[in-house]
Amino acid sequence: MSILVGRETRLVVQGITGREGEFHARSMQAYGTNVVAGVTPGKGGQQALDGTVPVFNTIAEAVAATGANTACGFVPASGAPDTILEAVANGIKTVFCITEGIPALDMVPVVAAVHAAGSRLIGPNCPGATSPGRAKVGIIPGSIHREGSVGVVSRSGTLTYEAVQAMTDAGIGQSTCVGIGGDPIIGSTFLDVLKLFAADPETSAIVLIGEIGGAAEEEAAAWAAANLADVPKAAFIAGRTAPEGKRMGHAGAIISGGAGTAASKVAALEAAGFRVAGSPTELPALLRDAGYRS
Amino acid sequence: MLIEYGEATYLDRSRIPAWSASERGAAYHRCPVKIQEADAKKLLLAQGLPVPSWEVARSPAEARAAASRLLHGVGHAAQVVIKAQVLVGGRGKAGGVKLASSDDEAEHVADAILGMSIKGIPVRKVLVAPAADIVKEYYLAAVLDRAARGILLMGSAEGGVEIEQVAATNPEAIVRVHADPLLGLRDWQARELAFRMGLGAHLKAAAGVAKGLVKTMLAYDADLVEINPLAVVREGGPGAAEERLVCLDAKVTLDDSALFRHPDHEALRDPDEEAPADAEARRHDISFIHLEGTIGCMVNGAGLAMTTMDLVKRAGGEPANFLDIGGGAKAERVAAAMRLILAEPKVEAILVNIFGGITRGDEVALGLIEARRQQSRDVPMVVRIVGTNAAEAAKLLEEAHFETAASLDEAAAKAVAAARTSGAAA
Repeated sequence: MSILVGRETRLVVQGITGREGEFHARSMQAYGTNVVAGVTPGKGGQQALDGTVPVFNTIAEAVAATGANTACGFVPASGAPDTILEAVANGIKTVFCITEGIPALDMVPVVAAVHAAGSRLIGPNCPGATSPGRAKVGIIPGSIHREGSVGVVSRSGTLTYEAVQAMTDAGIGQSTCVGIGGDPIIGSTFLDVLKLFAADPETSAIVLIGEIGGAAEEEAAAWAAANLADVPKAAFIAGRTAPEGKRMGHAGAIISGGAGTAASKVAALEAAGFRVAGSPTELPALLRDAGYRS
Repeated sequence: MLIEYGEATYLDRSRIPAWSASERGAAYHRCPVKIQEADAKKLLLAQGLPVPSWEVARSPAEARAAASRLLHGVGHAAQVVIKAQVLVGGRGKAGGVKLASSDDEAEHVADAILGMSIKGIPVRKVLVAPAADIVKEYYLAAVLDRAARGILLMGSAEGGVEIEQVAATNPEAIVRVHADPLLGLRDWQARELAFRMGLGAHLKAAAGVAKGLVKTMLAYDADLVEINPLAVVREGGPGAAEERLVCLDAKVTLDDSALFRHPDHEALRDPDEEAPADAEARRHDISFIHLEGTIGCMVNGAGLAMTTMDLVKRAGGEPANFLDIGGGAKAERVAAAMRLILAEPKVEAILVNIFGGITRGDEVALGLIEARRQQSRDVPMVVRIVGTNAAEAAKLLEEAHFETAASLDEAAAKAVAAARTSGAAA
């Protein structure tokens, strides 16, 4: 199986005729993703990717003609929230938003609308997800992966690549790698993705890549302690030595209530049975220590 | 909160394509724009919130003139309050907030405050306002709540400087209400908040302030609007005194991602409090935070940049900076990053760590070669480039005789060793 993306993925790329949309759609197709449609308003009827992918004016037309079930947007920040809503309004259940720099308050009603429609949003400001050997949606370089059974979830971009490359170099393959994005308001959290991995029969171990700030790692750790007790788990937290920043009013301190530091995250993860690495290169050995066997 | 760490850098996303920085990590790259109290009060006033009048003075003479208008003008204030305008908390505790009863005293107090530094920041201006006759202080803030993915209002009857202490020791004293993500803060929620804060006697005003904070957040794309204190004050002369609810202080931070639709917000950045290096970094779309160590770091992606700092420290060194060149960096941005790093005289070695996805390794290598040609002083450099076009990068670097490393751990160790040698030679 794998989660979020796989052989069953029928992808519509929003903004496929733009420079970035075209480049990454081509890269996804080359990786083996079934790119069934593109959408650019006003360019319906054209063909993209050397005539292999039809372009539509609207998601509604794309879904009707191709049965697309997954959407991925390469659209500027000012228009990106709308592409998410258009996809969801047309019944698409898995939506990726790669775009960085969307105003945080724009995402508040969008995330609520996505959830109300029973759809799932990954991002914004995320690198996407790859199920090695099956499909990738987003911008993660395909070359770093190896097929396997470790589920990887991360809120970083290049740090994820670093960790995944280290696993691949050590012969440890991945079921799916998911970058959930680093924005304040995102569609899917660490916890949401852990729940998907827990239900995936082909995922036998978990790697979580976190960063300082927020309480999402702590929340995920608490759930994993109860629900992934027997699964080998490893983690890395970036920012252990980042200096304490100047604070933002009192509200920041009140709202976080002590969570958010590297120490708090490492303690929560270790208490939940994660082996926490001091460097991404230690993750393979820690996974094996935790009982992972490929 | 993540955003705490980013305030030394600001990115202007209006200038860059939406995709290009997708490979930045998470924590450092959202950089709220902090604005001064006087500017924050202007925004609140424009949204109809009750804010007593004020003036800003940049010299003791200006403060004297402002105080004179307030003490002898229409309002006949008995005293004025003079407040340091700096973008850090704890102004009162540091002695940056004082009362004055006469023109002479106002000038004297302003002179003292304008000569101070608060948490390392020199005070360059003061706010002068009529001193309020405070009956009771409250706390009220609207803030973006990441975990709940919406706007959270937090209020307390225990306002004033010790609000964090209250939150830690008596969390029940903080009332929390989430605005509906689709419907906003409804009247009944604002009323409930007011009643639970003990502001039933000022219900209409308090509910109005609560709704006004949310309105302010939405109107200006603010991450935070904090009023501490929100105060019931006594106004009018003896016999005619009446109580009123007013915002005596205001803290607002703006979402820098929304600057593209608020071009006027750019002017709210305080140039007095931005280091030249920060402005330079912002011009080149680089996330840069100055630190105290000797090893300059250049990395693509915030998460990876923090990891690089962590590994430098683990290898026994101290990072001189956090620097994220972002995704898709071209040679010119690499050269600008190198100038920023070398501008710090303490830097004894440079570690370049690039994991190319969107970013092409050969572009970075060309930028490094060009940067070294322009470089004003000779500092050892260790380069690690993997990912997209890493082979082409390796060839370029080898031809230019750069010291390279295969893994991040190796690169960190080599950079720390190079800094020791370079530091000992100096």
